Amino acid sequence: MKWRLAIWLLPIFFAGSVLAQSETDREVNARKIALEVAGAFTNDGFKMRDGHWCGRLKPHDLALVAVNLYAGNQYWFSIGALEPAKKVAVNVYDETGKQVVTESYSDGEKAAAGFSPSSSGQYFVSVDLLEGAESNFCLVYSYK
Amino acid sequence: MNSFVRLGAITLLIGCCAVIGAAPPRLPPDQLAKAIRNEAISIPTPGELFAALEKPGKPNWSGQYRAPIPMTYRNRAQIALNLGGLICDGFIAVEAKDSQQVKNTGSDIIKLAKALGVSENLLRRGNSLNEFAENDEWDALQEELEATQNEVKSSMQTHSDQDLVILLSVGGWVRGTQVVSAAIMQNYDERSAKVLRQPALVSFIQTKLNEVSPELSAEPLVKDVKEKLIGVEKLVSFPLGKSPSVEDVRKVNDAVGKMMETIQNKTDAK
Repeated sequence: MKWRLAIWLLPIFFAGSVLAQSETDREVNARKIALEVAGAFTNDGFKMRDGHWCGRLKPHDLALVAVNLYAGNQYWFSIGALEPAKKVAVNVYDETGKQVVTESYSDGEKAAAGFSPSSSGQYFVSVDLLEGAESNFCLVYSYK
Repeated sequence: MNSFVRLGAITLLIGCCAVIGAAPPRLPPDQLAKAIRNEAISIPTPGELFAALEKPGKPNWSGQYRAPIPMTYRNRAQIALNLGGLICDGFIAVEAKDSQQVKNTGSDIIKLAKALGVSENLLRRGNSLNEFAENDEWDALQEELEATQNEVKSSMQTHSDQDLVILLSVGGWVRGTQVVSAAIMQNYDERSAKVLRQPALVSFIQTKLNEVSPELSAEPLVKDVKEKLIGVEKLVSFPLGKSPSVEDVRKVNDAVGKMMETIQNKTDAK
């Protein structure tokens, strides 16, 4: 009896695996776009962090990640999103929640924000979907 | 890149006008509290810390080397903590552009990683570290060191050693802070001293340490590290915009120095 149940459950298991796989593929593709954006800054001497943050982005639902930065360094936060996302934005806030002035780059599903913190400590990077529908995104950052 | 710069300038200009005209947007504390915090991106690497320290002037990196540490630890928590410290030593050797020191440290990293059973792909990393060191490819070396650290962490996760991951980060942070505070003391500069302000980072590390299994939490070494971190958090909580004084820096250096000594030499680890 148990083996029959197992046979019934197999397709569900495989369907789950395929879904998980495609989700991972989408994250990988979003990361590729983010790395492409960040790659432009490496020409200016910025070193790319090996870590990244990937997730799902809903329209006008701010995705927020905490980072710990050092005064004296310059940073660029780069994001890439996939279709059906059309336009994304990235912003930085200090530890009190106040938005900091950044240099910005935005080109549809690619965006970046750069700044030099005057104080070391915690900052928050937001990713916002301005146009398009829910999709995957990935954020990477570079410093020098 | 030109279009990047042009676009950046325009957006910056618009941003500045907006700032002059109205107060910048502010996120409420409850929204900040919900922000994602993860080890891959919320904990800075030693390379980032050292890059900031170097801005006012290059410190004497080789003066920050320490004597080789034992490779005979048997306690997994102690190995993970010391492995984090060793990876940080690798970053110091890269900053010093010292190929032999990179090779020595790289070899010790592989030995300790093997002791944790996470070395399948690390041998390849070890070879890359040697190769980059021989060819003076310092930027590539730094990236390889960070990738090595992430590979160790990812291997720990797949071997159900998730709890050890945070210990690796703690070891790296403690050793990095020890080195940086020592370098600042030797040549005090207000701008360099600012890098020591990291209360949220220590708080995040404490939160992660509080989430480890009860068995690991009961380890005398882990308990000791957690207790000492409470004191360190207070010492690195300088007011926003204020540079720590020489005396403040000395206090931080004493505290993390004691932590490092415990991590390296504690013998009653189970």
